[in-house]
Amino acid sequence: MKTAAGQPDSTTFYLEEEHHPEQGTMLGFWIYLMSDCLIFAVLFATYAVLGRNYAAGPSPKDLFELPLVAVNTTMLLFSSITYGFAMLEMEKGKQKNTLIWLTITGLFGLAFVGIELYEFAHLIHEGATPQRSAFLSAFFTLVGTHGLHVTLGIVWLVILMVQVNQRGLVPENKRRLMCLSLFWHFLDVIWIGVFTFVYLMGVLQ
Amino acid sequence: MFSNLDLQKLVFGRLTLEAIPYHEPIVLITFLGVAAGGLAVLGAVTYFRLWGYLWREWLTSVDHKKIGIMYVILALVMLLRGFADALMMRAQQAMAFGANEGFLPPHHYDQIFTAHGVIMIFFVAMPLVTGLMNFVVPLQIGARDVAFPFLNNFSFWMTVSGALTVMVSLFVGEFARTGWLAYPPLSGPAGSPGVGVDYYIWALQIAGIGTLLSGINLIATIVKMRAPGMSMMKMPVFTWTALCTNILIVAAFPILTAVLALLSLDRYVGTHFFSNDLGGNPMMYVNLIWIWGHPEVYILILPAFGVFSEIVSTFSSKRLFGYASMVYATVVITILSYLVWLHHFFTMGSGASVNSFFGITTMIISIPTGAKIFNWLFTMYKGRIRFEVPMLWTLGFMVTFTVGGMTGVLLAVPPADFVLHNSLFLIAHFHNVIIGGVLFGMLAGITYWFPKAFGYKLDPFWGKTSFWFWLTGFWFAFMPLYVLGLMGVTRRLNHFDDPSLQIWFVIAAFGAVLVLLGILSFIMTLVVSFVKREELRDVTGDPWGGRTLEWSTSSPPPDYNFAFTPMVHDGDAWWDMKRRGYSRPLHGFKPIHMPRNTGTGVILGMISIVFAFAMIWYIWWLAAATFVAMLAVTIVHTFNYNRDFYIPVDAVMGAENKRTKMLAGHV
Repeated sequence: MKTAAGQPDSTTFYLEEEHHPEQGTMLGFWIYLMSDCLIFAVLFATYAVLGRNYAAGPSPKDLFELPLVAVNTTMLLFSSITYGFAMLEMEKGKQKNTLIWLTITGLFGLAFVGIELYEFAHLIHEGATPQRSAFLSAFFTLVGTHGLHVTLGIVWLVILMVQVNQRGLVPENKRRLMCLSLFWHFLDVIWIGVFTFVYLMGVLQ
Repeated sequence: MFSNLDLQKLVFGRLTLEAIPYHEPIVLITFLGVAAGGLAVLGAVTYFRLWGYLWREWLTSVDHKKIGIMYVILALVMLLRGFADALMMRAQQAMAFGANEGFLPPHHYDQIFTAHGVIMIFFVAMPLVTGLMNFVVPLQIGARDVAFPFLNNFSFWMTVSGALTVMVSLFVGEFARTGWLAYPPLSGPAGSPGVGVDYYIWALQIAGIGTLLSGINLIATIVKMRAPGMSMMKMPVFTWTALCTNILIVAAFPILTAVLALLSLDRYVGTHFFSNDLGGNPMMYVNLIWIWGHPEVYILILPAFGVFSEIVSTFSSKRLFGYASMVYATVVITILSYLVWLHHFFTMGSGASVNSFFGITTMIISIPTGAKIFNWLFTMYKGRIRFEVPMLWTLGFMVTFTVGGMTGVLLAVPPADFVLHNSLFLIAHFHNVIIGGVLFGMLAGITYWFPKAFGYKLDPFWGKTSFWFWLTGFWFAFMPLYVLGLMGVTRRLNHFDDPSLQIWFVIAAFGAVLVLLGILSFIMTLVVSFVKREELRDVTGDPWGGRTLEWSTSSPPPDYNFAFTPMVHDGDAWWDMKRRGYSRPLHGFKPIHMPRNTGTGVILGMISIVFAFAMIWYIWWLAAATFVAMLAVTIVHTFNYNRDFYIPVDAVMGAENKRTKMLAGHV
């Protein structure tokens, strides 16, 4: 306890009231994201080391279609904006609007995953498989891991929408939406890295 | 035979009856032993009707104290397995000279040294460290539990699943024959087509999830849940080392996860990350795994440093010398541990400049570490030292670890490393620091905090016996390896031609037998202390004259740890409270908010073993089914919003009054 002067009373050795430490979930989730970021760091580093080992196979210039990737990037960036709108509505306590924006976010996310799958199928059809060269192994793993994250994010989003629908915007659900928000924007940031280092710089080479 | 072989493949993957090594007598006898022991334990649990108790009070518990204890039990059980491997290796090397081939053929010997390394690091040292941190940290910072109690339970069960996966490999199929870090291309699909490396990968991946999550959990706990008044520079040193260790865990384990995932892709999908053809680069693996691997050794040693700091100060009845320098040394080691990984492969050929950089950074680490040794010495200087068992371990550590540290600096010199690389000198060095540092530290910590966990002290006679056997055993077992290493003997050999070397291996084997006696004495300590528990009872909650908050509550502590959250005014908070006349509050109790137990962790852990097994044996339908099951259990768990409850005032008062009586009876 503090005395009137604001100095800690040095003869008090315990709190008489229940002590409620600060909620640690956001910090914990943030630390988790940083650990996830390290996984991507390894994949980026691997791509940087192996990304030019074409093994006489196709190179980025032969494979990447920037317009398609640009559309894909747009989908993901839009989904981040709409998630932001969902959070704004959540802060206002408007459950229905929150759910609408979350649905739109999920649809953008699905579009992103769909386009990525189309791109992968196209590449594999052309013979540019992950087994073809170290470059393609690194490419598919880096981009695929990101896509897997987005897919899991969509699953999580659906579950949260069910829970918000069931229980409303209770503190637990708000906290979960905040975590997913961090996760979603984090994936956006990673994608910016992928887009720049893999696609743009690949085609510019 | 099956008329349709495809059907068999579909159902069992590559699992056939051939996978069970019934033609290998050593494995068969081990299996019978483990099976008999396991059945006896299960039978006893059923006979005494303990399943309900175990399920309710332990397996599903989210209490950090119980989870900590379970980690330590796991580690001690796995220590027996890992040490059995060590004994077999020492026996093989002591006899396999000239015409004598010994009793372990190469394919078996290779599995043994791999399993020994993997088990000792991941399933002995790591659970010991995590277990002690789990038990001690919340008590030291005056908290009721960790930040995420369910996650803690889940982490523990992931670690158990990893350990069990390694154990399964002993009896179904084989373990990796690659050495504990499974370098490709040897561990790639062409070098190791069998299931061994897959067992290795899945065991580490599953356990790694647990380790990472428990790291996040403890960081959040230490950052957010300290008692009021406990600023960072008033945290006990053990908590400081725990914080740094968990930061290292979070910053290192994702790299292991990623690099093992890439290796799995090479093995399962046929990618070319670490292959020798089509652009792959095996050295990428070696770099990445050591970027995890070097911080890993500091993950293990830092908490041991923390334990020694607590013990030296307690048993010298003095404040720790140079608290601030101790904290800074810990932080500096944390940072430097990321800048040295390349010293594990100076011989890769990265050139003189790169090797010099990493050699110098490695040598610099010895400065903060040396500062710590001096801090402990100065703490003892003019202290009233009590030579109880934890203090003996500490003294044994200081002598042994310093030698290990010096040989480490020697190895940090690249030209010297070119001579000693992959030799038994290296083996002697890292056993010197891991046994003399981590293991001594953990045994010291277990002895020190045992009365807190169980309410009675460990028997000092058997404790001292164990210490002296371990200490002398260590020196006999590993000093010969330094000699052999300097003579150029390389590691991982199961047979030697030069008979003049044999005497050194015989001495080393003798050392291993002494260590065996040390382990048996430790088990004896536990048994004798349990029998004499009334005599050894700790009624005060403060059996050693402790200085930090964990000694302010009862032994064992109540579920809620502290009836009232302590206020901290000093680094040695409990010492300060005792000195300035703290009296224990006897009324005014409030209901206490606590997390509820859950079975989700243990269920997920068990499913994950089946999942790993299915992936290892290519039983794809089972892998898919268990993966969906894990996802489903996780999702169902998120629909449970009823995760906490209040311990009613009556229960708190009951527990506290009981303690009051106990304290009164003592006086």
